[in-house]
Amino acid sequence: MAETSPPLLRVEHLKVAYPTRSSILLRKTGEKVAVSDVSFEISPGETVGLVGESGSGKSTVARTVIGLIKPDAGLIEFEGRDITRLSPAQLKSVRGDMQMVFQDPYASLNPRLTVRDLIAEGWRVHPGVTPRKDWTSAVRDLMDRVGLNPDYADRYPHQFSGGQRQRIGIARALALKPKLIICDEAVSALDVSVQAQVLNLLDDLQRDLGLAYLFISHDLSVIEHICDRVLVLDKGVVVEEGTARELFEHPRDEYTRALLAAVPVVRPWLERAP
Amino acid sequence: MTMTRAAATAPASDSAALLSVRDLKVEFSTSAGVVRALDGVSFDVHEGETLAILGESGSGKSVTAQAIMALLPKPTGSIVSGEILYGGRDLAWEPVRRVRELCATEIAMIFQDPLSSLNPVFRIGYQVAEPFRRRLGMSKKEAWAKALELLKRVGIPDAEHRIRDYPHQFSGGQRQRIMIAMAIALDPRLLIADEPTTALDVTVQKQIMGLLADLQAETGMAMVLISHDLGVVAEVAERVAIMYAGRIVETGATRDVYDFPAHPYTRGLLDSIPSEASMGERLTPIDGSPPNLLALPSGCPFHPRCPFAIEVCRAAVPPLRTPDGWEPGHLAACHRSEEVLPHG
Repeated sequence: MAETSPPLLRVEHLKVAYPTRSSILLRKTGEKVAVSDVSFEISPGETVGLVGESGSGKSTVARTVIGLIKPDAGLIEFEGRDITRLSPAQLKSVRGDMQMVFQDPYASLNPRLTVRDLIAEGWRVHPGVTPRKDWTSAVRDLMDRVGLNPDYADRYPHQFSGGQRQRIGIARALALKPKLIICDEAVSALDVSVQAQVLNLLDDLQRDLGLAYLFISHDLSVIEHICDRVLVLDKGVVVEEGTARELFEHPRDEYTRALLAAVPVVRPWLERAP
Repeated sequence: MTMTRAAATAPASDSAALLSVRDLKVEFSTSAGVVRALDGVSFDVHEGETLAILGESGSGKSVTAQAIMALLPKPTGSIVSGEILYGGRDLAWEPVRRVRELCATEIAMIFQDPLSSLNPVFRIGYQVAEPFRRRLGMSKKEAWAKALELLKRVGIPDAEHRIRDYPHQFSGGQRQRIMIAMAIALDPRLLIADEPTTALDVTVQKQIMGLLADLQAETGMAMVLISHDLGVVAEVAERVAIMYAGRIVETGATRDVYDFPAHPYTRGLLDSIPSEASMGERLTPIDGSPPNLLALPSGCPFHPRCPFAIEVCRAAVPPLRTPDGWEPGHLAACHRSEEVLPHG
């Protein structure tokens, strides 16, 4: 896909460290390096996967890319602009192009807002995306787009199932017409039958809207299914990178092999047969 | 792993079974009304075998474990009918205190989240030694030595020093090992594992499942593994029971059930899993979402999501039965298994 076009996102030699502090005076006593050297690119319309175990730094990469954490070193270029050097006001204009879908659809939606308000929230923060008079129809369109009944726009998050809430989260992300969506364990909390529905939805949206995804998951079968390219992270370093097929069929790195070998197989007896 | 062709989970009681659950019904009273969380659940567990109870959230798999261990939240949840037969006693109707006594020694349980099951203010050695002191009346020193032995057995590295550490000083996988150490302390005959590896990384999950299998081989204990993960279940369980909306909808030898599903829900689950074969293609999910237990559909609770539903599915609840052409012991609650699911 799109190898000739310039990358949408370019991350180079990213380093993020968290300070460790003394227990009483909170003096800085040192630092814990979460991400020590991570570089990758995402082209428009491409899905790049980040896999690794807990503590590998994959969520830190996601949070740094979207600007929730300041990197200690390295470069994050979005459409050619280094966003680590932007002022907060300039960063805001980039934020609309980059959205995030979180893991827990129970914790990431404000329970006191209706679906309409949740989806329209981004338009309040970024005026100019959708004029206020069009909000109602735009909310209905988005709900329809993600497979929710538009008549439920006045309901609250608790009236929806986990899978439906994740659809609300996706509609919220789509509201600002982003070019890149960062999915941080976006389907991990869902039951397998519902997870398949949401994966299909993400696939449709990419095809229709040309979205790029940075897909973070600990579930290797999901990564294998949805990603074009995959990066394997271990202790804050990329240990292997390749197309999903290369990486899953011929893993070169020791850590990748160990990770793949540990994935439970649905029908192990088929593998053991000669 | 050897495949044991275990006896059928027939409604009749199986005297050889270690634990036999018969037609168990559990209800919760909520502000919105009475919810039947378990509706006629029956299964047997034999010495040394692993039975997996597989289901999605809200299917009743954890409630089954809670009912056996007398851990149903009081006063909202209660057993309304049925039997839980263990060692000639019916745990469903024994006083909670007596069930707890039994659970302290013969039936053990491990949970999904080991951190919330360990007391943060006591050293782990103290917690692992507690059953030896309280149940077996050992001295402090003896119990401590037993605890050390157990921690070594479950693979805690440098156990001599780590026995003095507190729970927060251990990783998730090590905490689960500590929980397992506590569970097996008094050589239980039955271990109920409720999503024991769901919070863990895959590599750690593999180690923990390996540890449980080793311990089972050593001790001959039976295991009930509660899980939502079809892959984890396939690797360790001889038999599986698949739950949907508070009922067992299919049960049988794991390999039989996975290779020749006799219920459309089971087939749907198997088809929903992303795999190498589905790479870059569309998945085939099950339409809709699991039913609200407060407003269960009439007839088969799966019919609104079932691509094969016909009139009879809306009218009558299908009983568990062995469809024509399937192995004996393989049961499914579907009116149309033979018509809609090819076998072989």
